[in-house]
Amino acid sequence: MSELFALLDCNNFFASCERVFNPKLWGKPVVVLSNNDGCAIARSNEAKALGIKMGQPFFEWQHLLREHKVHVFSPNFPLYGDLSARTMAILHGWSENVEVYSIDEAFFTLNNEFIEDLETYCRQIRTHVKQWIGMPVSIGIAKTRTLAKVANELAKKHPEYRGVLELNEHNTEECLKKLPVGDVWGVGRRSSVKLKVYGIETAWDLIQKSDDWIRQKLTISGLRMVYELRGTACMEIEDLDDAKKHIISSRSFGRPVRKLSELKEAVASYMARAAEKLRSQHSMANVVTVYARSSLHTESYFGKSHTTVLPEPTNHTPTLIKAAHIGLEKIFEPDVAYKKAGIALSKFVPESFHQLNLFENDPARQKKQKLLKLIDSINLENGRHCVNFASTGFKKPWRMKQEFRSPNYTADWQQILKIKI
Amino acid sequence: MTLSILTIEAGKPFAAPLKKGLPLFASPVSAGFPSPADDYIERHLDLNELLIKHPTATFFVRVEGLSMINAGIKNGDILIVDKSLQPSNNNVVIAVLNGEFLVKTLHKRGNQTWLLAENPKYQPILITSETNFEIWGVVTSVIHNF
Repeated sequence: MSELFALLDCNNFFASCERVFNPKLWGKPVVVLSNNDGCAIARSNEAKALGIKMGQPFFEWQHLLREHKVHVFSPNFPLYGDLSARTMAILHGWSENVEVYSIDEAFFTLNNEFIEDLETYCRQIRTHVKQWIGMPVSIGIAKTRTLAKVANELAKKHPEYRGVLELNEHNTEECLKKLPVGDVWGVGRRSSVKLKVYGIETAWDLIQKSDDWIRQKLTISGLRMVYELRGTACMEIEDLDDAKKHIISSRSFGRPVRKLSELKEAVASYMARAAEKLRSQHSMANVVTVYARSSLHTESYFGKSHTTVLPEPTNHTPTLIKAAHIGLEKIFEPDVAYKKAGIALSKFVPESFHQLNLFENDPARQKKQKLLKLIDSINLENGRHCVNFASTGFKKPWRMKQEFRSPNYTADWQQILKIKI
Repeated sequence: MTLSILTIEAGKPFAAPLKKGLPLFASPVSAGFPSPADDYIERHLDLNELLIKHPTATFFVRVEGLSMINAGIKNGDILIVDKSLQPSNNNVVIAVLNGEFLVKTLHKRGNQTWLLAENPKYQPILITSETNFEIWGVVTSVIHNF
């Protein structure tokens, strides 16, 4: 008996969200664009098959629109956030230890002492999410998070697994032999080139090497990743952040924390660090997740997470802290001895996105940006009132180009689904 | 800056709860008296609790048209749709037929499945093995503003 890790990942998440309320898109190529309609950030399988690449600028494949009837959408983050929250809420009912990793992914643990057939169990989760929300998901199960990620990728790629794959002693070797080393979580492109020089093509080749060799070539973090591939869980969730996709910062507390003010302090400091990282890689985040939980080993286990979709991407520390604090206030419950809290930033766009926008080089706009930053810092000291002022004073209808945005089906009575009967 | 707030809460109503519930009084209140009734407010009525059994699976739909008039669904009404329910015979459902949403009564007769309008002016639709058809959700309530 042991505890296993599973990773649930929504398939082509943003594109799938668009499909929930629009059956005309079922089975058709769907692409979701970045803010300002710059490039592709999500693609349905049909769109991938047409050769549209992740991050590819819109103008490069615009000609496919008419030729292949590609349906294109500006991002509808409030909708995506809502459907993400519903998906995670369902998952919380199937596992008592859920770690929301980003807007469309979550790790959870499964105990094979109580669950006879893990794949069957996870297929039930999959059916549940599909029926209740209309969201297709894939689930990978394995001894470690890194292997669960591998299993998830395979489950997604190969329809014969029907969306769920468990890696166990019978199939792990075969799967790792097929996995190019560059596709392993945490192995960058540079490392994979370096490894190929030594004849290492697959994940399986890599884990045959001695610990000393791996530490020398890939440092200690590479060695931990190899342990994980060999089936020894030794990484915390934040060790797994994928430099370009997520930044995660969390910590266990030295003593139980009960006060909201103390949790807020902790979360603000994690966020400050994460925002620094974000700026250092010249990214801006669209989504902020915050979570807090009690000890896993108490009978009255408590754990909740909250995802905020920002009105526009940012790497501005006070804005990110504010978003995390608002989320924390929503999930906070008194009389809980909190053991751990953390934040995650996800759905990044490069800082250069803003510069691509004509208006961004406008000196007036830059001045406003400066003013905005100043106001933010005043807000941080003086509380909420000034935030309202900023939001009303900075409505810029031209700010975001969103020509193809779908209705806000779940959060605006004026925009709910309309059916002609 | 305004933030869109979405909370992940297992087992809690998904739709935003009423800011202030409607108080349920255990005893009638007489006008003009300094009311002792405050002590009797036992709980607040929450419309979500009455109308939404599965918040995570519940969505809202506005209808345009008269084809379901005899089921009490009028032009402009809002339907509460629960996607978690298995449709049973004579349920009002949101169906998807050839890429279009429909609101119909699901009717099974023998081995035949029909989608019925609740208005004699509209023809029933027979579902065959060739029909591209799916039930999207079951309508549990209709909200009509007078």
